[in-house]
Amino acid sequence: MRNLVPILTVLAAIVGIWWLAVAPMNIRPALDIAERGGAVVVPEGSVERRNVSAFKLMLDNRAYVAVGYDLKRPRLPTPAQVGEEFWKTTGAMVAKGRAWSKRSLIYHAWVTLQSTLWGFFLGTTVGILGAVAIVYSRVMDRSVMPWAIISQTVPIVALAPMIIVVSNQVGIEGRGVPKAIISAYLCFFPVLVSMVKGLRSPTEQQLDLLKTYSASGLQSFFKLRLPASVPYLFTALKIGIAAALVGTIVGELPTGAISGLGARILIGDQFGTPLAIWSALICAAILAGVLVSAIDIMQRVTLRKMGFVS
Amino acid sequence: MIWIIGILVFWALAWAANVRLVHSAYADTTAVRIAVPVLFGITILVLWEGLVRGFGVSQIILPPPSQVLVVFAQSTDLLWVDFVQTVLKGALRGFLIGACAAFVVALLIDRSVFLTRGLLPIGNFVAALPIVGVAPILVNWFGFDWHSKAAVVVVMVFFPILVNTVQGLRETDAMQRDLMRTYAAGYFQTLLKLRIPAAMPFIFNGLKIATTLALIGAIVAEYFGSPTRGMGFRISTGVGSLSIDLVWAEIFVSALVGSAFYGVVAWIEKRVTFWHPSQRQAK
Repeated sequence: MRNLVPILTVLAAIVGIWWLAVAPMNIRPALDIAERGGAVVVPEGSVERRNVSAFKLMLDNRAYVAVGYDLKRPRLPTPAQVGEEFWKTTGAMVAKGRAWSKRSLIYHAWVTLQSTLWGFFLGTTVGILGAVAIVYSRVMDRSVMPWAIISQTVPIVALAPMIIVVSNQVGIEGRGVPKAIISAYLCFFPVLVSMVKGLRSPTEQQLDLLKTYSASGLQSFFKLRLPASVPYLFTALKIGIAAALVGTIVGELPTGAISGLGARILIGDQFGTPLAIWSALICAAILAGVLVSAIDIMQRVTLRKMGFVS
Repeated sequence: MIWIIGILVFWALAWAANVRLVHSAYADTTAVRIAVPVLFGITILVLWEGLVRGFGVSQIILPPPSQVLVVFAQSTDLLWVDFVQTVLKGALRGFLIGACAAFVVALLIDRSVFLTRGLLPIGNFVAALPIVGVAPILVNWFGFDWHSKAAVVVVMVFFPILVNTVQGLRETDAMQRDLMRTYAAGYFQTLLKLRIPAAMPFIFNGLKIATTLALIGAIVAEYFGSPTRGMGFRISTGVGSLSIDLVWAEIFVSALVGSAFYGVVAWIEKRVTFWHPSQRQAK
């Protein structure tokens, strides 16, 4: 809680800088509009203005700076405009009872969330199973681990269109499955690495103790290695869910999807509606925050129940 | 059918060879450490080749690796132009600018406890956000050429490096700082001789995360508009015009570049943080 004041101060500073930056960013379109409306602008003509710096334009045309704060298609929208657009596509839609309409961000967030959770589930499962195999088999350790690292250096966006082409041809309908595969690809690695660390975290002494109890391999896995790896698992899950969301949005961006937050960004770009892009970005940020906090809460509750000191 | 049986036999043989290698007396020599994953990789390529040929998969869906290699060899000129545009101009410049900016900002933040407390949680949060989404906005601001790609890369790599550097700068404990005090070392001396070296493992952690992000950012930004060259441009138009083998050649290049980029940073890390327990080697 003692961090609250500094965080709020920094947030306020960011919004302040954002608000101030709107003026120089939007001065050119603002002057174009003012000139078309019959106002006298120095220098005249948008071609003339191209070589004049934004700050000089602001000084010479002080009366029209305010126009930049109320553009329909701003280069940089004000925080208030983004907030308004975000409210129009979420809260106001709910109030009208159209939360699931295609124009509502709640619908698109839900589409993205589904793929994210499927990808997260898939990636986590692969990561945990891979970690178990790596810990118990030296061959797997030596042959798979280097490729797991290399797999993450391959930019997934390069592969994303191919994954969609292949899964389309194999006969998978819709975009849910390829998106989930892409997010699983980004999500499995942190889980794999942390689980390998976690499953190896019991000390030699602890393993020996279980041997003196004549515990079987399976017993020592479930009673010692698995519980010992839980703190590592949760740390990885927090990274994993954020990575899964990034993967889903990347999967929606270059592929001509029509629903989902990434698709909203893409469509906003194609139709030249920057406000739609910004509100989709805010929505994605909120979604990321909610998902990470949800896992954080699960982590706290589980670790306390298991008796780890927190 | 012969292809399927062939690859199954090859798979079994390669796996058996790996098992023998790993359990042999030479398991810890460098040669075997490299040979085992290489054999595994070759197995996957052979499986791919065999499955594609055995099941007669159309080249428009998934070309066999041998064909990708042929296309790669035939179109090196084209691939080189794309490499220069995307990697050297977009990703690398953005990476350098972003890393330097993050480092300087981290040093400034570090001077104030208040800022550290306020910015670290926000930086952590932003590092988890899907920042790739700003790509269309930045392409709109900075135009189609490499400037917008570098800008996307800057934004993407900035926060992971910032957060890691700030955390690293707090790594020194009170005893070490007290020791510097007894030496009558000033702020900059302490920073240069103690705190930045101590922060290096964290900084390199951030840099390594950023290498992948830099390539992702540069490629995604090209999907939103680029001059008629670049890896992202080639991939998105290649999928549209069904020259899938060229797309796979681009993917091959990007995999190669990504691994090399990561490898270079990891190599520098090894030179710089040779003292760190994770880098020490038993002799």
